[in-house]
Amino acid sequence: MKTTIKIVCLFSLILLVGCKDSEKQASDSTSTEATTTTTNTEKQGQAFLKDDEAKPTVLDIAIGSPDHTTLVAAVQAAELENVLVNTGPLMVFAPTNAAFDALPEGTVEDLLKPENKDRLAYILKHHVTPGNYAKDFIKKFPSLGQASNENIVVEVKGEDVYVGGAKILASVPAGNGIVHVVDAVILPKN
Amino acid sequence: MRKLSYFILSGLLLAGMISCNNGSKGDKKKGALGSNAAEKVYVAPGEYDEYYAFVSGGFSGQLSVYGLPSGRLFKVIPVFSQDAEKAWGYNEETKPMLNTSHGFIPWDDSHHPDISQTNGVVDGRWVFINGNNTPRIAKIDLTTFETTEIIEIPNSAGNHSSSFVTENTEYVVAGTRFSVPIPQRDISIKEYKGNFKGTLSFISVDPEDGGMDLKFQIMMPGFDYDLAHPGRGASHGWFFFSTYNTEEASTLMEVNSSQNDKDFIAAVNWKKAEEYIKQGKGKMMPAKYAHNVYDEKTHMATSTMKDQVLMLDASELPELVYLLPTPKSPHGCDVDPTGEYIVGNGKLSANLTVHSFTKMLAAIEAEKFEGDAYGIPILSFEDVLAGVVEQAGLGPLHTEFDGKGNGYTTFFISSEVVKWKVGTWEVIDRAPCYYSVGHLMIPGGNSREPFGDYVLAMNKITKDRYLPTGPEVTQSAQLYDIRGDKMELLLDFPTVGEPHYAAGIRADIVMKNSKKIFKLEENEHPYAITNEGETKVTRNGNEVHIYMSTIRSHFNPDNIEGVKVGDKVYFHVTNLEQDYDVPHGISMIGANTSELLIMPGQTETFVWEPKQVGVWPFYCTDFCSALHQEMQGYVRVSPASSSIELSWSLGED
Repeated sequence: MKTTIKIVCLFSLILLVGCKDSEKQASDSTSTEATTTTTNTEKQGQAFLKDDEAKPTVLDIAIGSPDHTTLVAAVQAAELENVLVNTGPLMVFAPTNAAFDALPEGTVEDLLKPENKDRLAYILKHHVTPGNYAKDFIKKFPSLGQASNENIVVEVKGEDVYVGGAKILASVPAGNGIVHVVDAVILPKN
Repeated sequence: MRKLSYFILSGLLLAGMISCNNGSKGDKKKGALGSNAAEKVYVAPGEYDEYYAFVSGGFSGQLSVYGLPSGRLFKVIPVFSQDAEKAWGYNEETKPMLNTSHGFIPWDDSHHPDISQTNGVVDGRWVFINGNNTPRIAKIDLTTFETTEIIEIPNSAGNHSSSFVTENTEYVVAGTRFSVPIPQRDISIKEYKGNFKGTLSFISVDPEDGGMDLKFQIMMPGFDYDLAHPGRGASHGWFFFSTYNTEEASTLMEVNSSQNDKDFIAAVNWKKAEEYIKQGKGKMMPAKYAHNVYDEKTHMATSTMKDQVLMLDASELPELVYLLPTPKSPHGCDVDPTGEYIVGNGKLSANLTVHSFTKMLAAIEAEKFEGDAYGIPILSFEDVLAGVVEQAGLGPLHTEFDGKGNGYTTFFISSEVVKWKVGTWEVIDRAPCYYSVGHLMIPGGNSREPFGDYVLAMNKITKDRYLPTGPEVTQSAQLYDIRGDKMELLLDFPTVGEPHYAAGIRADIVMKNSKKIFKLEENEHPYAITNEGETKVTRNGNEVHIYMSTIRSHFNPDNIEGVKVGDKVYFHVTNLEQDYDVPHGISMIGANTSELLIMPGQTETFVWEPKQVGVWPFYCTDFCSALHQEMQGYVRVSPASSSIELSWSLGED
C-alpha cells in the first residue's frame, strides 16, 4: 500500500508539473494544431529521477513517511518538489499530520486551494533553511534564515531544541540535507 | 486495490497529458517546440556560428571556445593548467607562464572570463580570466587564441571577484575572497578581526598591446569579496564589489558569516584613486608576485618577479569607497547596461536587491551615512535602494541584461532563470534549468550594448540529462532564445570542466583578426632556423641542442648519433610550414614530458634525458600529411663513456 501511495504521488507530480509548463504557453495559444510535448516536458526536473542507489532526498523522505501526508500534499499543491531535490543543502522542518491538524479548522483545506498557492508556497518555504545541521548543531544558532526570507528563533529547553516555536521530534539525514520532524507548523510573520 | 489504483492513475495521467497537449501549442509562428528549436540551433556544415562563447573551464583551469547557437566546441585554450595536448606548461617556452611567487603551479581554478571593451562595447581584442586559487589574471589574445600574459595578484587569496574590465579596458580588476594578514605574517587565526585585510586590485591594460600592470591596490576591511562589475555610462569611474562575511569570522563560515542580515556592496571610485595617486597619497609596500609574458616574436615566455605594489588605504582616504548595505550575503553584483542599477543577489535570499547609482550619489552628496566600517562610510539601505524583485525564486546568484530593459537572474536552489523588468521589478517569465544553475551569460552582457539574442545558463549538475558516465557526469550549458517575450530552451550541451562563467561576442568582430600562421621571417626564437640548411646539433658539456626543422613530411635531421646516457637533449623544433592549419607534432620515446604541437612558423622545445643505451625513435604526432606515417627519426644513444662524436643527417645512407 505504501508503494502505491508513492506511485500515486509520483504520478500526480508528473501531472502537476507537466501542466505547469503548458499553462505558461496556453495564454497566447489559440491554435488547435496537434503538437506533442517534447521529452523535456516529461523530465521536468530532478524530482522525477529514478535513483535506487543514492541516499534519499528530503522529498523522498517526506513522501515515504506516513506521518507527513499533509505536508507532501501541500508541497505538491505549491509545486515545490523540484526545489526539495536540489543539491541544496536543505534543512526541512517537517510538521507532522498532527501538527497540521492542530491548526484552526479549515486552514489546511483553504491553503490547498489553487488560488492560495503563493501563500502556501511562502509558508512551506518558511520551513526550509539553506543548510544541513544536526539537531545539536542547531543550538549554535541564535536564529535561522529561512527560504521565505524571514528568520526563525532557535530556543534550547533542556534536551529539546525549538525552532520558530516548534519542537524537533526526530531527525532523518537525507542525500541533499536533513529532515527534522517538528510538532507544529511554523507560521511566518508576513 | 493496487490494480485499481494503477487504472485510475493511468486514466488521470492520460487526461493530464491531453490537457497538457492542449496547452502546449505555444506561439503559432514557433510551431512545435522541438523541431523549431532544432532549426534555431542548426548551423549547416561549412556555415559559421553567430557568436563566440568563451566558457570558463572552472576547475579544469582552462577556457573553452564554443560557437553559439550550435554549442559546438572549437578549442580548449590552456590557461592555468598544464595541457599535454598543446605542450602548455610542458615545453620550455611556456613553463615560465605558470610561474608564481610560490614557484611553478601547474593548475588553477579559472572562473570569470571577460572580453575587452572600447567605449563600453566589447571589442574582441582580448579575453581576461582569473585564477581563483593562486591569485592570477590571464590575458588571452584573440588573434592567436592563446594565453599571452599572466599576472599574479599579491596580498590576495582566492581571487574570486575578477576579472572584469572597465568601459575602455582601462583596468581589469581583482578582489580577494579570503582576507589574510597583510603583509603575510605568523599570527593566530583567532586574531582575524581587525588584523586580516582584503585588497581590491586594479590592473591597467595597455591600449596598444594589452600589457598588464598592477597599478594599485586598495586596502579594505577583512571581509570576503565575492563578485564585481564596473560602472558604465554615468557610473563609469566606479567599480562595485559584493562582500560577505562582514562578521569577519574565520571558522564555520556557513553559520558565522551569515549572522548579519545585510552585508555590503562596496562602491569604489577608481577615478578618485587615480587622483590620490597623483597627489602621492599611495604608499609603496613590499609584495612578491610574478608577471609572465609570452612574446609572439620569440615564441617564448619570460617570468619577472616584482617586489612592490602601490597601496591606497580605504580607511584613511575619504571618498574612495562607500558601502551599500545589501541583504543576505550577496553573491552576484551586476550592473545594468545604462550603469544606473546595481543588482545584489543575496544567495540566501528569495529577493533581489537593486541599488540606484543616482540615489547613491545623492546620499553621498548629502553626507547621509549610517555609520562606518573601519572609517569607510556606510550609506543607508533605504537611501540607495531602487527596488526589490520580490520572491523571484530561491537562491539568487547572478544577473545579466538583454539591453531591452530586462534582467535575467539565475536561482540555484529553485534551478531556474527568471526574467524581470528593470524599473518595475516585476517577474515576467521563468524557465527551468537542468539542474542547479550558477552563472548565466548574454553575449555582450557586461557592456553598454548586450546583443540580447540568447542567454546561456551554466549548470553544475546534470544527473539524468546525458548518457551516464559513472559517478562523474558532465556539467552543462543550456541555450535559451530570448528574442521573444518568453524564454525558449533551445539546446543543452556538455562542457569542459565546470562552466563557471562565460563571455560572448558576435563572431564577425573576432574572426577577421584570427591569425593563420606565424611568419617565419619574424621568428626571433634564439634556437629558430629559417631553412633546412641551418639545421645542426651542438654540444655544451652534457647539454645537447638540436636545431631541428619540420616540413611535410620529414624532420631535419632525422638521424642523430653521438648522444650519450646522462645527456640533456634539447629538441628545438621549428615548423617551416607557412600554410594555414598545418601544425606538426613531435614526441620522443621515454621523454618525461608531453609532445610538442608546433604551429606554422613557430619554434618549440622539449627536453629528453636518455637513460638507456640504444637507438630510439621519435615521430610526428599530428597527422600532417599523406606521408605523416613516414615522418620519423632515430637518435643513437651511446654509453656515457663513449667517444662517438655528434653527427646528424637527413637522407644519407
